[in-house]
Amino acid sequence: MTKEPFIHISRREDMTFARAVAIRLIGVLCSLVVCALVIFVITKLNPIEVYRAIFDGAVGTARRTWVTVRDSLILLCVAIGLTPAFRMRFWNIGAEGQILVGGCVTAAVMIYFGDALPGPLLLLVMVVASLAAGLIWGLIPAFFKANWNTNETLFTLMMNYVAMQIVTFCIVFWENPAGSNTVGIINSKSKVGWLPELFGLTYGWILVIVLLLTVGMFFYLRVSKQGYEIAVVGESENTARYVGISVRKVIMRTMAISGAICGLAGFILVSGSSHTISTSTAGGRGFTAIIVAWLSKFNTFTMILVSFFLVFMEKGALQIASQFKLNENASDVITGIILFFILGSEFFVRYQLKFRKKAVAQEVSK
Amino acid sequence: MEKQVEKRADGQAYAIELKNITKRFGSVTANDGVCLSVRRGEILSILGENGSGKTTLMNMLSGIYYPDEGEIYVDGREVKISSPKDAFALGIGMIHQHFKLVDVLTAAENIILGLPGSEILDMETVNGKITELAGRYGFELDPRQKIYEMSVSQKQTVEIIKVLYRGANMLILDEPTAVLTPQETEKLFAVLRNMRKDGHSIIIITHKLQEVLSLSDRVAVLRKGRYIGTVDTARATESSLTEMMVGKKLSLDIDRPQPVAVKKRLAVNELTCTNDEEVVTLDHVSFTANGGEILGIAGVAGSGQKELLEAIAGLQPLTDGHVTYYPPEGGEENLTEKTPAQIRQLGVRLSFVPEDRLGMGLVGSMDMTDNMMLRGYDSTPGFFTNRRPPRELAEHIVDELEVVTPGVSTPVSLLSGGNVQKVLVGREISSEPTVLMVAYPVRGLDINSSYTIYHLLNEQKQKGVAVICVGEDLDVLLELCDRILVLCQGSVSGIVDARSTTKEEVGLLMTKTGKEAEA
Amino acid sequence: MTGIIIIFLQKAIAQGIGMLYGALGEILTEKSGNLNLGVPGVMYMGGIAGLMGAFFYERSAAQPNGTVGMVISFVCAFLLGVVGGLIYSVLTITLRANQNVTGLALTTFGVGFGNFFGGSLSQLAGGVGQISVAVTGAVYNRTIPVLSGIPVIGKVLFSYGFLTYLCIILAVLMSLFLTRTRKGLNLRAVGENPGTADAAGINVTVYKYLATCIGCGISGLGGLYFVMEYAGGTWTNNGFGDRGWLAIALVIFAFWKPINAIWGSFLFGGLYILYLYIPGLGRSAQEIFKMLPYLVTIIVLVITSFRRKREYQPPAGLGLPYFREDR
Repeated sequence: MTKEPFIHISRREDMTFARAVAIRLIGVLCSLVVCALVIFVITKLNPIEVYRAIFDGAVGTARRTWVTVRDSLILLCVAIGLTPAFRMRFWNIGAEGQILVGGCVTAAVMIYFGDALPGPLLLLVMVVASLAAGLIWGLIPAFFKANWNTNETLFTLMMNYVAMQIVTFCIVFWENPAGSNTVGIINSKSKVGWLPELFGLTYGWILVIVLLLTVGMFFYLRVSKQGYEIAVVGESENTARYVGISVRKVIMRTMAISGAICGLAGFILVSGSSHTISTSTAGGRGFTAIIVAWLSKFNTFTMILVSFFLVFMEKGALQIASQFKLNENASDVITGIILFFILGSEFFVRYQLKFRKKAVAQEVSK
Repeated sequence: MEKQVEKRADGQAYAIELKNITKRFGSVTANDGVCLSVRRGEILSILGENGSGKTTLMNMLSGIYYPDEGEIYVDGREVKISSPKDAFALGIGMIHQHFKLVDVLTAAENIILGLPGSEILDMETVNGKITELAGRYGFELDPRQKIYEMSVSQKQTVEIIKVLYRGANMLILDEPTAVLTPQETEKLFAVLRNMRKDGHSIIIITHKLQEVLSLSDRVAVLRKGRYIGTVDTARATESSLTEMMVGKKLSLDIDRPQPVAVKKRLAVNELTCTNDEEVVTLDHVSFTANGGEILGIAGVAGSGQKELLEAIAGLQPLTDGHVTYYPPEGGEENLTEKTPAQIRQLGVRLSFVPEDRLGMGLVGSMDMTDNMMLRGYDSTPGFFTNRRPPRELAEHIVDELEVVTPGVSTPVSLLSGGNVQKVLVGREISSEPTVLMVAYPVRGLDINSSYTIYHLLNEQKQKGVAVICVGEDLDVLLELCDRILVLCQGSVSGIVDARSTTKEEVGLLMTKTGKEAEA
Repeated sequence: MTGIIIIFLQKAIAQGIGMLYGALGEILTEKSGNLNLGVPGVMYMGGIAGLMGAFFYERSAAQPNGTVGMVISFVCAFLLGVVGGLIYSVLTITLRANQNVTGLALTTFGVGFGNFFGGSLSQLAGGVGQISVAVTGAVYNRTIPVLSGIPVIGKVLFSYGFLTYLCIILAVLMSLFLTRTRKGLNLRAVGENPGTADAAGINVTVYKYLATCIGCGISGLGGLYFVMEYAGGTWTNNGFGDRGWLAIALVIFAFWKPINAIWGSFLFGGLYILYLYIPGLGRSAQEIFKMLPYLVTIIVLVITSFRRKREYQPPAGLGLPYFREDR
């Protein structure tokens, strides 16, 4: 006969906030140790040096710090966009595509109306266009989910690549210089349609927009009626129907908001950061943001920390790559390892393990 | 390590013996030091109210759960059952209340699932063996039929044959009759008696006294997770068993005030519904519910009770029929095909306590305040919610109905079944309804909570509310309600006066469709 | 004209096989109830592992033997795929992490892993310039002798390396495994209804682990195929493009049936390169054509959700975690 199971797993109910934070920190530390080991094995470099290089790469100079902050904010923006959808248990894997269409229409407005409209109005049109594009891109899968329960995970995933092809389609027309198959820096001379400085900060507008979104989404989900409806639909569609919430309407409305914010991230990327458009404009942010939103448990303020940490490591890893002549993809490997550990550590926050006490006790008594 | 166990008088060990079994889920103790034994060629009933830990106990025998403390002996040898596989190896097979079948597979595929044998499947041989096995016990079964095309009793047949096919000689049945008609129940009992003759040991979990007395040799009683005792059925009576089950001699003695100012409130006319699989769930149902009266709805589980209440509440699409509401102040409103939101907008105060409390009536992960807000969160102006009224209501309900909870900000899923129901009923009553529909209002509740709920329903009735109460315990319906509507296979087989009818009459109506009853 | 059609068919099949490997692995994984969005990453991992295995063998051996290189690279690709599956399984099955999130993290990791080693292989090896495993690559590209010489039929049917035929055999075997064997039946039950499978005495954890790891091993071979047979033994960063995601699309398109996946992969391969064969297409129109596989998948997804026929639905337990004692 088989033995008594060695490990019992049961749900924890007594987890304190401090302990949960401690467990997650241990997870992060473990991942850093493993990364150091991996780097050492591959490159024989001193891991301490490597981590110093990471730090240097992420926040070593004022410019690097600002780039890290900017990219954290953009990632944060996408994560905020995903949050209402996830709160509703709608797996929006399509942020990548929503960013791209948002960025694409932003570029289109910059290119076609750059000379026709006065600066502030042009920016406003760009914002509205990017919101609308992301909204539509989010609404399409939501429509089918709401009406026929079409699997949204797979649908939104496919939409990413349709968006990517739309971008390559547009690049053909916007090519600059001809034959380069890229768009180049849009309005590089006139800087028309570029997000201007604010408070003397290059990325001032991005800071303001994203922080407003952070606070706004926090309160939208916590204290607004719509946020409440999202929570009810997410927890139990049956209950939602029972109290007369139109599940269809909530799904569509929430995905419209989610898609629109991701579209806005596309605007920020094109107008405020890269000033160009390509299939790599989203750069995997749509996927990374899913992880950010998930790890933060719908709390937009936690997301600030998580996205900063991930971008910090990414920038640091890029620095190692150039400093030690490694390939820049090392950053993805390191990010991946860190994510594995963070995901794994959640288990120890939610569950407790009980080892086979009896057997141990008997061993001792012998 | 084989321990010597007490031998029975005839020198044989028990087929199964449980000693001091304890199982906890977090802070809840589901089983507390339970002892139990069953012989070969014996039918043992495990009797207990809902939530008394019967199913948990049996899940430990079938390897679904592992006990925290205690020992299990099979044929006198101590065993560890840490997986269903271990249970099969010992000859223990369990037929769960919720069938454990894979919908898209055929009956035969389900039956051989998980069995050892030649790697390449020979379905022809398997089908033949199954047909033969089914024939031996008088079952009818097409081994090639997919589960999702089957009726409930066909699925149960698959479950039983699955266990027999595995050569189990110790069968555990978890409330097998809850979903069966009386005829099907009788057939099942005949089969079980045959198996007893073959020397099988059978454990049947139930809370129906009548079945216990007619079928089993001995009865073990559990109460709130604790073992109360085992008695020979021959020496037991309904009242002695009830006493063991509930702890003290129980005279139901439910209050039934005379209805006053009875007035037509809700008329249901020829209501017909079909489900996703195109099966007719409600078949031309017509009745009237009156203000100042409790209308009971009786029927075997799955006779259309859920669909009926949901259809009235606007949660089921209708294929035919009308629902008409008569407000106390006169006039009439057509509720047919209206959504819950539209019904509310018409000013109809329709309250509904559904069967699935945490899956429909409440959101388990939310606290009491948020759950109060489910009703009326959007009746205040503005974009934001106003949390003060729901919090006050939550606190009021805690005081008024004596809800045991650490506070109004504790998630309701952490409350006990009775307290969850108080929260739900409290909220539904707070909106001063004119129609109150409750489904299985006392299921899983202890005696005291049950009486609290009866009292609340009577209070509503006296206020002139039309109360519709779906119940499963006929004794309760007979003492609580003014009239009883009996459903059978989705149609009304009779509406009787609860004061003058008998249990036998209602029981009979539950097994006859409306057309047969008329004939 | 016939010539063009033959070349089109050849190229379509060549495009399809890599996706087919990915899809077959994912079908096996999804049949256990795991939705592994890490397939694109796993394919990169398999591809680079195969390349590195062959590369280091060819560099260390004085007279590299192509067949030995082939075996080494094949085993390496499969094993690293299994490692990817193992990471996913430990996180989602044992540590109960969310499947979607874990899968996406695995894709980030795997794509980075492939590009990292692909890009730094020559440097790690001491700066040998272009990575090429010509000897091993040649074995992978060896076509069937005699038969491939037959006009038309030989070109369309017999002009591929052994990985192509292996893949189709694998699809047939997997189909037989799922429908005709006891373990296949058990696996389907695990993915449909793990609680039931568990109650029937099937070790759900073991099945999920094995299906996911072996599935990832097979997906890893998809990467190997692209590196060896399609690219002839060279590495290009991000060289697989979005084919990993197309593999996931193909699983849906094939209704989780390996046999459907075979012709589905040819169709996807054809749609993927159709723009090259339609005369008079501008560059912009070509890009629109490249959308086709995704659009087709979306349409299939939508139509099946309209029809709700049980046979065409994903495994009922797909994406859902299973813990026996959860209450």
